[in-house]
Amino acid sequence: MKKLSWRPVAVLIVILTAIVYVLPSVWPGVWPHKKINLGLDLQGGMHLVLEVDTNKAVEDAIERIAQELRSRLRKERVRVLALDRVHGTQISTRVVGKASIDQFYKTLDTDFKEMRILSESESDETLTVVINLPDQEAEQIKKLATDQALETIRNRIDQFGVSEPDIRNQGKNRILIQLPGIKDTKRAKNLIGRTALLEFKLLDETNDIGAALQGNVPPESEILYEDSQDPTTNRTTKTPYLVKKRTLLTGAQLVDARVQIDSQYNDPYVSIEFDKKGGRIFERITEQNVKKRLAIVLDDKVYSAPVIQEKISGGSARITGQFTTEQARDLAIALRAGALPAPVNILEERTVGPSLGADSIRKGLMSMCVGGILVMLFMIIYYKGSGIIADLALMLNIVIIAGGLAAFQATLTLPGIAGIILTIGMAVDANVLIFERIREEMNLGKTPRAAVDAGYSRATLTILDANVTTLIAALVLFQFGTGPVKGFAVTLSLGVLASLFTALVLSRLIFDYLLINRKIKSVSI
Amino acid sequence: MQFIKPDININFIAKRYIAFVVSAVMILITIISLIIHHGPKYGIDFAGGTLIQIKFDAPTRIADIKTGLGNLDIGISSVQEFGDATDYEFLVRAKGSASISEDVSLKIEEVLESATSGQVEIRRVEMVGPQVGKDLREKALLAMFFALLFITIYISGRFELKWMLSGVMAGTLMFAVYILQLFAVSIPVLMAGALLVTLVLFWFLELKYAMGAVVALIHDVTITIGLFSIFGKEFTLPIIAALLTIIGYSLNDTIIVFDRIRENLRKHHKKRLDFILNKSINETLGRTILTSATTLMVLITLFIFGGGIIHDFAFAMIVGVLVGTYSSIFVASPILLAWQKRQRT
Repeated sequence: MKKLSWRPVAVLIVILTAIVYVLPSVWPGVWPHKKINLGLDLQGGMHLVLEVDTNKAVEDAIERIAQELRSRLRKERVRVLALDRVHGTQISTRVVGKASIDQFYKTLDTDFKEMRILSESESDETLTVVINLPDQEAEQIKKLATDQALETIRNRIDQFGVSEPDIRNQGKNRILIQLPGIKDTKRAKNLIGRTALLEFKLLDETNDIGAALQGNVPPESEILYEDSQDPTTNRTTKTPYLVKKRTLLTGAQLVDARVQIDSQYNDPYVSIEFDKKGGRIFERITEQNVKKRLAIVLDDKVYSAPVIQEKISGGSARITGQFTTEQARDLAIALRAGALPAPVNILEERTVGPSLGADSIRKGLMSMCVGGILVMLFMIIYYKGSGIIADLALMLNIVIIAGGLAAFQATLTLPGIAGIILTIGMAVDANVLIFERIREEMNLGKTPRAAVDAGYSRATLTILDANVTTLIAALVLFQFGTGPVKGFAVTLSLGVLASLFTALVLSRLIFDYLLINRKIKSVSI
Repeated sequence: MQFIKPDININFIAKRYIAFVVSAVMILITIISLIIHHGPKYGIDFAGGTLIQIKFDAPTRIADIKTGLGNLDIGISSVQEFGDATDYEFLVRAKGSASISEDVSLKIEEVLESATSGQVEIRRVEMVGPQVGKDLREKALLAMFFALLFITIYISGRFELKWMLSGVMAGTLMFAVYILQLFAVSIPVLMAGALLVTLVLFWFLELKYAMGAVVALIHDVTITIGLFSIFGKEFTLPIIAALLTIIGYSLNDTIIVFDRIRENLRKHHKKRLDFILNKSINETLGRTILTSATTLMVLITLFIFGGGIIHDFAFAMIVGVLVGTYSSIFVASPILLAWQKRQRT
């Protein structure tokens, strides 16, 4: 009387599931499931870790508040001796006169409620106050800056056209970017890393640029440069401009940016279109400043400073400069996606060329085949018939690992392949333990069936223990590892679990089938 | 077929003093090497810096590459052949990171093509900033620490079948680590402290098997690190992965021997311990050697065919497996004997 035991069912389910998941990788399109993911080290690509300079975001916010406070106090006719941003994120003010001091506090309490007073001291009717943002607010700004940077970078990469990019937060202010298969890494880095802050500012034409360059910069203005390259000599020259600090209009008011080709000189330029509000502001600026020069500043570099000839309505402008079509295209993308709320720095970069990836796959598969064949031959020579069972288990083991990789959508990396190769060597260990025990029991004079029974039951606990320790190491590695090393942890864990299954369940099943159903009298071991 | 006959009887225990000397010398050499080299040699994963792998289409001399790169002011620290000699591949290392990485690979390509008048391919660029390097170093040490912690807890519970004690162990260890953290000690000190606490706990809680296993573990990892240091190889993330795997794998052989020792202790409880230890080691010798042999087989193929990137990983694993096999016979079991002597006196 045969009972349907759980073993054959379990084995069948596991094998079939593994095959279902593996098939699309071997035979694309057989059914709609994704192939096994290859890591960047195997398919080539770029891995970047960026850090968002969130302190700069807070400083910018404080600077804006300082400007607002200054103009508000002026409106309220408060006598302010000084109002400056100090230590990055603090505003220090000095107010003179009783009435002014009262009015100052009134303004602070009504319109700048969120500000925290750090210190205040009064002497001779002069009040010195230092204020800043509460920590919670500052944290909020930092978090917002990181989130916004992530969103902006995602937009830029989407428009740049990379298939299956992976962009995510890492820790508090870091952004992890993985761009598989990308070739022009320098261009991608430039596109991702540029702040793309577009500003329109008036040139300071009342003060002398020469005096400013000597170090005599008026407080309301700053020196910015225009880079230009001589196409014949390849030399870059820097032209200084004295630009007013106040920003009249930014790229935030953009709705579109496109590359156009100048019909006269055949040079590419970027045409930008403002939204309604931006268009109105632009119209007003141009109306009020006819015959003055307006600087178009991108990331603190002057691109051009044309003279306003007349009022411009319609809400569009153009950015000219010495662009190649590619540079103009990337600039348009960056402007459309918006400016980064704070500058970003590249902390880590790993680039693998596609040919190296292909080489790694070839070498990995080569070692896997050679190692696998060696181990399988060894098992057959050493354990004869039982060796064949172990080899069968080993092959299924690899299928299960591949199935697991596909099912969990895990990423296969070069160390991951090393993990599979290592598993080949370790997976037969369990069978070695069992077979040695069976031999030992048979030497004691037990029948084949009793020897197999004893072999499995005695070796099981040892095998479990030995594998649990490896699994612990693999899981810890998975938790702490990054990128390629994580891939190793994945294949090693999968390999350990698969080899437990194949050794304890599958090979046992084959032995039982041979001994019970086929009534084999001796075990070839 | 059978290499190791069932009736094999080598007196391993009698040779334990020779083994102790060998192990002590190897650990001493490790420590001396680490002192001479000012600690482990960190790869760019941990130290930060830039690494560029370049491939030429014809044989090229390192000197030519060096003079070519000398024209660039990017702080090149070393140029070294990489992988098979027929690949004409080289690794260029530079100390700087971030700031110089902008288009350094492009510049290198240009400079080298003019200097060596051949086709140059930049195959791989890795740049790690100092901050990330520090983070990764910390993460790697934490991973080692937690792997050791969990494995210690597991084996102290499993080997002795005293899960209560293992719980006490875990609690005390966590507490000790917490206290140490309050003093803001560096992670290597933290690890050393935790290991010391572990061994002292084993001693007082009389967890002799766990003690043997953990001492063997520390022994294996230390000697692997030592060989890396002697050969001037770099510690990178994959090497940490190898060390962790060694921690997990080298226990396998120890577990096999210890399980047999317990089995034999029940069977022959009248016999002397050194007899039982020897018998157990000899009975399991076939397994110990065979399991290591199959793993070594694949590791050696990986070492030969796996390519430059995986070379050092395979090397570390080979060393770890060899030392692990040796230690499960000559280090872990004799500790049980030393323990028995302690109880007698």
